[in-house]
Amino acid sequence: MGEGRAARPGRARAERRLTRRRGARRPWPACRRPTPDRAPVRLHAPARRPARPETGDRPLASIDVADLARSFPTATGTPLVALDGVAFRVPERQVVAIVGPNGCGKSTLLRLVGGLLPVDRGTVSLDGTPVVGPDPRVGFVFQESRLMPWRDAVANVAFPLELAGRSASERLARARELLALVGLAEFAGARPHQLSGGMRQRVAIARALALEPSVLLLDEPFSALDALTRERFGVELLRIWQETATTILIVTHSVSEAIFLADRVLVLSPRPGQVVADIPVNLPRPRRLSMLDTAVVSVTAAAIRANLAGAADEPAPEEAWGLQPALAASRGRDPLEGVGVPAWFDPFGREGGA
Amino acid sequence: MSLTQAQAPKAARARRLDPAPVLLGAVIFVVAWQALVWIGGYEPWLLPGPLVVGQRFVDAWLDGTIAPHATATLLEIVLGFTVGAGLALLVGMLLARSHFAERLLSPYLVAAQATPILAIAPLIALWFGTGLLSKVLICALIVFFPVAIATMVGIRSVDKRLVEMARAFRATRSQLVRQVEIPAALPAILGGMRVGVTLAVIGAIIGEWAGGERGLGVLINLARGSLFDTPLLFATLATIALIGIVLYLVVVAVERRMVGARG
Repeated sequence: MGEGRAARPGRARAERRLTRRRGARRPWPACRRPTPDRAPVRLHAPARRPARPETGDRPLASIDVADLARSFPTATGTPLVALDGVAFRVPERQVVAIVGPNGCGKSTLLRLVGGLLPVDRGTVSLDGTPVVGPDPRVGFVFQESRLMPWRDAVANVAFPLELAGRSASERLARARELLALVGLAEFAGARPHQLSGGMRQRVAIARALALEPSVLLLDEPFSALDALTRERFGVELLRIWQETATTILIVTHSVSEAIFLADRVLVLSPRPGQVVADIPVNLPRPRRLSMLDTAVVSVTAAAIRANLAGAADEPAPEEAWGLQPALAASRGRDPLEGVGVPAWFDPFGREGGA
Repeated sequence: MSLTQAQAPKAARARRLDPAPVLLGAVIFVVAWQALVWIGGYEPWLLPGPLVVGQRFVDAWLDGTIAPHATATLLEIVLGFTVGAGLALLVGMLLARSHFAERLLSPYLVAAQATPILAIAPLIALWFGTGLLSKVLICALIVFFPVAIATMVGIRSVDKRLVEMARAFRATRSQLVRQVEIPAALPAILGGMRVGVTLAVIGAIIGEWAGGERGLGVLINLARGSLFDTPLLFATLATIALIGIVLYLVVVAVERRMVGARG
């Protein structure tokens, strides 16, 4: 799995970018437009496993984000608007991936949801209760593992429990249990520098789960891993998700990763970041790596890519699929321009960097 | 923690503890010293040879000439270092936290460090007497600067991402300091303490020169002056050097134990 860059090459793209007018964003079909005030639409019938007995009594949480805005002061005085009017809802137990171009505020969004940054405007609530400041219901996994190098794996996992004032014996027992969950039981005594990148990230996930959060926020957790490790890690993450009662919001750069993991993929526009598309992933669970080679994935990936760029310079998926050639023609373009190389015709592997 | 230290590569550990280079260095030093005395034909009152000094060293320790002075000096060093390094830790953290405090205090810190301790010592002896207190103060003063600066730099350079991680898990202010910032800054702080502990030895000797009845600094004055016992002077110097080396090794050992292998 490579980077989730849009792979439509060529001059046509550059020309379109030149002719693009700000605010000329295409209207989205109602079903695609994120409407947080509306009851969530089940986009597909998820193949849900029954909650495990041991997780059944844990609280579950949905995430509601409404009209979220955040800007940062800059040296020049004009604030940098990272996010403006972001709204979406993640029902409990769902996995939602956020993709978007570099610098569109994905990580900022995750920090706002986790309460690590104050919002300028709008609200974030978990299961109806607003998030104000770092929240005990949230477990955070960062891009880098952020383990403390002076602590061994088990002490790193126990860190949140220590902060929460749990007894030493409880901390040790729980941390060992979590290390076993992520498959690192024998590495309890290892220091971070003795672990591989993938192992470190698994320790970080175990740490995030220490206080039994109902929501797991992952900020590009795979970006430091090599391609093969990433794929296995995705499978691993889904297994952990199945064994814990968590709702997952994950930021990623990779479209295929987003599809493999998520029930829905939210596409963010370039700054100021907004949700420009909410694309369901109609893949059954449990997911298998072999599913990545199916047509459903290609079509979904194409839709995501079209929207990724659609925020900037590529035709909307309906146009790309030739559904609205007349519309394209009315804008003075070759109606076949977006259709010439149908996005879904391109094999999925192209994102590997062909 | 102890588990991974046990797993640490044995070879590296053995190399670190191998006494051969230390012994080799000592042999070369003693032979060169003796050679210098022979070739130069110096009198023992001018430059005693290593054998003479060694003999005097053993005698002076056995007949109780050095021991009471050494314990007095050691006490001054330990107290002075503890007070100085302890205060420096607190001030260093304050400096790291607040640029205002840094700008307010740093001129005086630098000035205090730049002024020769030899010039300040008589003044401190004048104000605080010639007892233990003035020596502890001089030690503390000389230890303060390197430890405070090392603490400030160490805490400032703590990885902001670790701080954010701790915040995400709802660390309180004091938890953040105790569980993240100090452990993360520990290598830098202990580096400052390595420098500080050797300076503390100097501080104690200078404090004793400025006035006092006991201590290795006093013994140096006695050996040089009224007793005119140059071998004893050298034996005292050797004692001071040994104290410095031992204290330095103690700090290094503490560092090894607390910092360990971080990779």
